Amino acid sequence: MSATLEPTKQANATLPDAARNYAIAIPIKSRYDNWINGQFRAPVKGQYFSNPTPITGQHLCDVARSTAEDVELALDAAHAAASAWGKTSAATRSIILNKIADRLEQNLSAIAVIETIDNGKAIRETMNADLPLAVDHFRYFAGVLRAQEGSAGELDDDTVAYHFHEPLGVVAQIIPWNFPLLMAVWKLAPALAAGNAIVLKPAEQTPVSIMAFVELIGDLLPPGVLNIVQGFGVEAGKPLASNKRIAKVAFTGETTTGRLIMQYASETLIPVTLELGGKSPNIFFPDVMNEDDAFFDKALEGFTMFALNQGEVCTCPSRALVHASIYDKFMERAIARVEKIKMGHPLDSTTMMGAQASNDQLEKILSYFDIGKKEGAKVLTGGSRAVLEGELKGGYYVKPTILEGNNKMRVFQEEIFGPVVSVTRFKDMDDAISIANDTLYGLGAGLWSRDMNTCYRVGRAVKAGRVWTNCYHLYPAHAAFGGYKQSGIGRENHKMMLDHYQQTKNLLVSYSPNALGFF
Amino acid sequence: MHGESQPALSTARVSRVVVTPEAEAMVHHLAAMHGPLVFHQSGGCCDGSSPMCFPRAEFRIGLRDVYLGTIAKTPFYIGGEQFEYWKHTQLNIDVVPGRGSGFSLESPEGVRFLTRSRLFSDEEAIALEAAGPALRGEQAEG
Repeated sequence: MSATLEPTKQANATLPDAARNYAIAIPIKSRYDNWINGQFRAPVKGQYFSNPTPITGQHLCDVARSTAEDVELALDAAHAAASAWGKTSAATRSIILNKIADRLEQNLSAIAVIETIDNGKAIRETMNADLPLAVDHFRYFAGVLRAQEGSAGELDDDTVAYHFHEPLGVVAQIIPWNFPLLMAVWKLAPALAAGNAIVLKPAEQTPVSIMAFVELIGDLLPPGVLNIVQGFGVEAGKPLASNKRIAKVAFTGETTTGRLIMQYASETLIPVTLELGGKSPNIFFPDVMNEDDAFFDKALEGFTMFALNQGEVCTCPSRALVHASIYDKFMERAIARVEKIKMGHPLDSTTMMGAQASNDQLEKILSYFDIGKKEGAKVLTGGSRAVLEGELKGGYYVKPTILEGNNKMRVFQEEIFGPVVSVTRFKDMDDAISIANDTLYGLGAGLWSRDMNTCYRVGRAVKAGRVWTNCYHLYPAHAAFGGYKQSGIGRENHKMMLDHYQQTKNLLVSYSPNALGFF
Repeated sequence: MHGESQPALSTARVSRVVVTPEAEAMVHHLAAMHGPLVFHQSGGCCDGSSPMCFPRAEFRIGLRDVYLGTIAKTPFYIGGEQFEYWKHTQLNIDVVPGRGSGFSLESPEGVRFLTRSRLFSDEEAIALEAAGPALRGEQAEG
């Protein structure tokens, strides 16, 4: 069962047949090494693992199976680069971030195709969401970086407190597989803007797009400022997260690994930011059905957003709470909308929903259909694996699924990370808030009403880091993102993110020539 | 790889966690490489809801973690708050081809542990109730 294969000899990767429809300007290689000190570098132990594409379930390319030795090499390079990078002017770093954004934008479709092949998500999403958002993220931090200032506090006529922002130094970042490049950029852009050097470990399920990215933009950064170490969590992630030479670790993933990372951080007394997922409620108040108009259409799309990215989103609106007075009519329309989702080849631009990212993810979703049914949840649509034709036959596809039940069921309490929404009724505003907050998590939430007072009151009462109000799944760089409760610690996005990658230096200066008089 | 198991209720003791033969073999395989192990049931994003398998000394079991039982000589824990939402179900630890992220030990083997579940029967629920509150914190004998 070993995942280590003999490296293949061919120059290019084994692509799905439908990839022939695209001229990929940056060919996917048959083998990827690490990116250390501004160049590709083979793993010290010479091992690689086979990376399949979820589109077909077949081998795509081999990727470095790194170990602690590679992590140390990356940290050597990062430490050698950190000091000079931290001293570059804000203008210099801003220009570099803008150049990265420009080059990524110029090659947007090539990287989008690669992301779809590596992750399985529909090309419609990588072209219109993942990549444009990644480009904008660099531009946003290039901009806010220039506007960040320290402060000078005049304490009295002789004494001034200066506050400076200083980079942390070398930071570790561990990236999830659901938005492989975008989640990397969420961490990279603010850390680079703030003047840090980085060692980044991509998810082993989706290692390719970040390598195409660094192949594209690597020359824009001084060697060692960005280092990428591929491999398995236990073999490469752990030696990175537990390393005494990192000043911070940022992680997106699940709660047990989040705890383990905090445990490591407690040994070296470094800060962590954690994004650990959610079970986000999407609340529909009765007035959404006052008219059958554009707003109601938008609300129905908002309901259907659980299928975005095949449901592999930490903020997937995976619990829908619908007011009892509109429940039957609303669900009739909602089911019809969901049944219009077009599944198909992820590389087909008309496909709305592609493949789940891995076989174990597929198996997990199916196991939730099983426990959901055993707990008495009713399947309103979907509820099974989708076996598609042709080269997709071995891929990992699941039908968009609506389950009906109550909030105590496990399908209402656990992040399935698939295209699955669990629906229940509520009777009034207090009931909606109570159900919404009856969860271990608090990352996202959605609410839909034509009444702004309802929106405001409920939005403030729901214990979640972001409450989308009459919208869902928007991810602008300018809005803070992060969790309450077990959903994590810290925020991503927004100018405030610079603080997460900086220390405060206070120079407390006396301009008085006279002694205090104590001694 | 394997369907659910329905252990006979020969005694009053009802297991909160069981294991498929395939997963059991994988645990023994990992233990031969890494020494004594521990499982902690995860929650949340990405690989959430998957059981994580670590070297026993690697992961600090907290005071609020609930000890669900021992599979393949390996103690199995879940977060205390998560247990409240899961306690009416029996977990059946299986293994499937795949590639979990996180730091779980089986990942380099090309497989992933997977939690399957079933509801306890009324008789089992009564037996569990009678057995008293679940044990919390690290247990000396896994």
